[in-house]
Amino acid sequence: MSDLITYALKVNGREREVVGAWLGENLLYVLRERLGLPGSKNACEQGECGSCSVLIDGTLECACMVLAGSAAGHDIVTVEGLSPDDGELSDVQEAFVAEGAVQCGFCTPGLIVSVHDLLSRNPDPSDLEVREAISGNLCRCTGYGRVLAAVRAAQETRQR
Amino acid sequence: MTVYLPASLEEAFEAFELAPDADLLAGGTDYMVEVNSGHRHPSKVVALRKVGELAGWRREGDEVVLGAGLTYTDLMQPDLSELLPGLAQAARTVGSPQIRNVGTLGGNLGTASPAGDTLPVLSALDAVVVLGRRGSVRRLTMHEFVLGPKATALEPGELIVEVRVPAALGSQEFLKVGTRNAMVIAVVNVALVVDWVGRSVRCALGSVGPVPIRAGEAEAFAESRIDWAAGGLTGGAADLAEFAGLVRAAARPIDDHRSTAEYRTHAVGVCAHRALDRVLARAGSWTLGHAS
Repeated sequence: MSDLITYALKVNGREREVVGAWLGENLLYVLRERLGLPGSKNACEQGECGSCSVLIDGTLECACMVLAGSAAGHDIVTVEGLSPDDGELSDVQEAFVAEGAVQCGFCTPGLIVSVHDLLSRNPDPSDLEVREAISGNLCRCTGYGRVLAAVRAAQETRQR
Repeated sequence: MTVYLPASLEEAFEAFELAPDADLLAGGTDYMVEVNSGHRHPSKVVALRKVGELAGWRREGDEVVLGAGLTYTDLMQPDLSELLPGLAQAARTVGSPQIRNVGTLGGNLGTASPAGDTLPVLSALDAVVVLGRRGSVRRLTMHEFVLGPKATALEPGELIVEVRVPAALGSQEFLKVGTRNAMVIAVVNVALVVDWVGRSVRCALGSVGPVPIRAGEAEAFAESRIDWAAGGLTGGAADLAEFAGLVRAAARPIDDHRSTAEYRTHAVGVCAHRALDRVLARAGSWTLGHAS
């Protein structure tokens, strides 16, 4: 099994060892199955749904389309890395709870990462900018109404 | 399996010398989908994520030199979109923010899908694709580079380094038809460039043939009918309709899982009609700016 190797990834500020892995694995698989970070979800494995959205060097990407080994040496932030402490919620997560922007919850982690990305780049997005920013995150339950309300609430909280 | 992680163009050339049969990995938006679905079993991969030189662009006289690693998001930024408005319009229709953040110009070219959104724009701009390996460079026109569906002139060990296009050339439009506004692969895409100084019209069609098609007869017709001083068409609406008809005649679409040849023929005419109409509606500023 010479094809299995061990390498390191920097995830949520910590160096993590990926042990005995096949190099062709995508980052989503490595995060979930090898590093115990199941926040990023696997729905489509083709970049369509956005459930596996993560930040790599501050850029929003679908983890399923990243060859995990190629992310070595880069800063990876998952939804688990966005909340301040274990058990606490980020302001965006709080807004999603308060506005009822969650139904089945499967798309929620990806949406949370995308909204964090949006508000960090653009603290005062228009409705259209919000819609465009989450256009790569599919939600089949909420109809997006509560999600848009949650983004607006998070935006207002930050501006207070 | 071996993954090469070159951090410079020089290292990328070196990796390719060691493994000329390696797959090139840019944004991964096509490649990783095939790996994830089990349709592709990678053995050697040169991942270009760390090659900074490919991700830049520069102005050289009347040309813009675009690194092959520029993402769709890069192409949409104000500084570049001002110089290449048609390319920025095309980039904006690709996928989602997540896809646009990683998908690259070089990747779109290398994949050479008939539906690739930057391809008709590059064709209409008479772009030159620069291919490199250590110590040698080849410059190909789009017509020479894209040989067929997913087939290019790229040789083993060679990579797409940059693309050279004219800066801020005339009026540009890109139109695309798909089933929705986000995350959609083109059923038809059309790029139009009207050069008010050189008095030329270039119109390229995508998703209606194996490679991007230049609608030569439609271009020549529009050139003969545009009133280059005033900005309109001498024959008005009838000329627009004739232009659209010549574009439809140039298309060579097929039926596939995304659409039918019949619909594509219809849609490509509508897009071309709209593109020329929009460009002419904005022509005032151009003709004023360049009046002798």
